[in-house]
Amino acid sequence: MSELILQVQDVHTYYGHIHALKGISMDIRQGEIVTLLGSNGAGKSTTLSSIAGIVHPAKGTILLEGTDITRMKCSEITKRGIGISPEGREVFPRLTVAENLLAGAYTRRDKKEIAGSLEEVYALFPRLKERTKQMAGTLSGGEQQMLAIGRALMCKPKLLLLDEPSLGLAPNLVELIFELIVRINKTGITILLIEQNANMALQIADQGFVLETGTITLSGEARQLRTNDAIRRAYLGK
Amino acid sequence: MLSQQIFNGLILGCIYALLAVGYSLVFGILRLLNMSHGAVYTAGAFMGLLGASYLHMGAVPTILFAMLLTGAVNVCINRAVLQPLREQGAANITMLISVTGVSYIIQNTLMLVFGSQKLPFPKVFDFGSFRVGGVLVTSIQVMIVLVTVVLLGALGLITKHTRTGLAMRCISQNPKASNMVGIDVRWIISFTFIVSGICAAIAGYMVSGYYQLVYFTMGTTAGLKAFAAAVLGGIGILSGSVVGGILIGLCEALATVVFGGEYSEATAYVILFLVLLIKPSGLFGKDDVDEKV
Ligand SMILES: Nc1ncnc2c1ncn2[C@@H]1O[C@H](COP(=O)(O)OP(=O)(O)OP(=O)(O)O)[C@@H](O)[C@H]1O
Ligand SMILES: [Mg+2]
Repeated sequence: MSELILQVQDVHTYYGHIHALKGISMDIRQGEIVTLLGSNGAGKSTTLSSIAGIVHPAKGTILLEGTDITRMKCSEITKRGIGISPEGREVFPRLTVAENLLAGAYTRRDKKEIAGSLEEVYALFPRLKERTKQMAGTLSGGEQQMLAIGRALMCKPKLLLLDEPSLGLAPNLVELIFELIVRINKTGITILLIEQNANMALQIADQGFVLETGTITLSGEARQLRTNDAIRRAYLGK
Repeated sequence: MLSQQIFNGLILGCIYALLAVGYSLVFGILRLLNMSHGAVYTAGAFMGLLGASYLHMGAVPTILFAMLLTGAVNVCINRAVLQPLREQGAANITMLISVTGVSYIIQNTLMLVFGSQKLPFPKVFDFGSFRVGGVLVTSIQVMIVLVTVVLLGALGLITKHTRTGLAMRCISQNPKASNMVGIDVRWIISFTFIVSGICAAIAGYMVSGYYQLVYFTMGTTAGLKAFAAAVLGGIGILSGSVVGGILIGLCEALATVVFGGEYSEATAYVILFLVLLIKPSGLFGKDDVDEKV
């Protein structure tokens, strides 16, 4: 079994009085695709936000390659190699595609390496390359999603957090996004994927976790989860 | 006579431009009308007075001293007042009222320390004068133009071509995503306040040296006129603020010629009124008010 890249240990996160995460634990192995399933409001996005340092857990520990990052600033966590493509894409609408990508590399200094990453992202998403000077706000939904993923890749992440990357996309684009996720994973980047499309997510994932109202109720190898009755009923519509 | 007035108007316009970019910088990043900016400019002028008249420093050390202290005052306003409000998710109007309150605190503190009378300010950059055609040009006027061009040029370069400038534009468009890409949002906002404070200090110092006078309410009218200039150019747009400032300075000078000095004071407000009536987004703004920076 390969090394653990991320360990989430008994994490509790609050929004004011709302207890969004009620002690969740996850181990994520280096190089895998891990999917986090759950219904609306279960706390999936909050889990990603807690890992990326956008919100800070009240209790619990998050370790990245053994280093405690629980209370670190978001910028520090980005620098250490966690990139996030957030729910709703959140691109910078009045920056060009190229500027959006450069913003993703904000925590990096080496201009040459950044240029290299830019080329890699363009190779992965040729549609972005054709639109480098276009304002991000005028891109189609699918292109904005590619930009959000590309921007997250620009920090040179070891771990990529993807929050519902296929939301609102046409079926053929959904398929493309999933293919790209696999390709990104093959370059050695570990992926934590939140998906409504549980079926497809479990097809590409190695591991899966199921979150229900702030607690993890089920976890295991994706292969097994696909055949799990409870999952089939709740998320696979079978 | 007319050409002299136009030239004087241009000088005044440079000062308004320096102040107007202060409004635009902060508005651009926070969508906040920073009504304490006039008072911060006054503080800058008094820091100049402190350096020049009380501590007997030379021109350059005095300016640096004023820039440092005024930048610090602006950072304090952000850290002590705005940042806590912002992070509690306070409404924009709450912040607007708070900075207005801050402007009175600054003004009255200056009055308590330096008194309420107008104080003489030493001559600065006084290397004599010369004539171009019929226009009398003094050395301080040359300095004002020079400083404005250099400072605003540098500012333009910073916002368009540096990593920090990119971060500023990111925050103005999406603070949440800025945080996610690893931008230290708090620091960039502080930086913006430092720069806006520095511009105010330089404007305060130059104006005081130009008129050789400082007083604790000097920022009230200047601040409002510069605000009008920022709105005229399209608030949040740096180059627009520069054009707006110079236009207001020129219009004021022309109004002096046409209507006399008593009425020229109203020029900026008439322009502000007209802009808000006809094109609230300003000369360079897109009509959609959100489409800024
Ligand atoms: N900023 C916030 N302030 C207050 N409550 C929040 C905030 N963000 C999320 N919540 C609450 O926390 C809980 C978990 O929300 P979260 O966004 O993590 O769910 P999710 O699993 O991502 O849902 P979805 O599938 O709809 O995206 C919800 O009850 C939500 O209302
Ligand atoms: Mg969510």
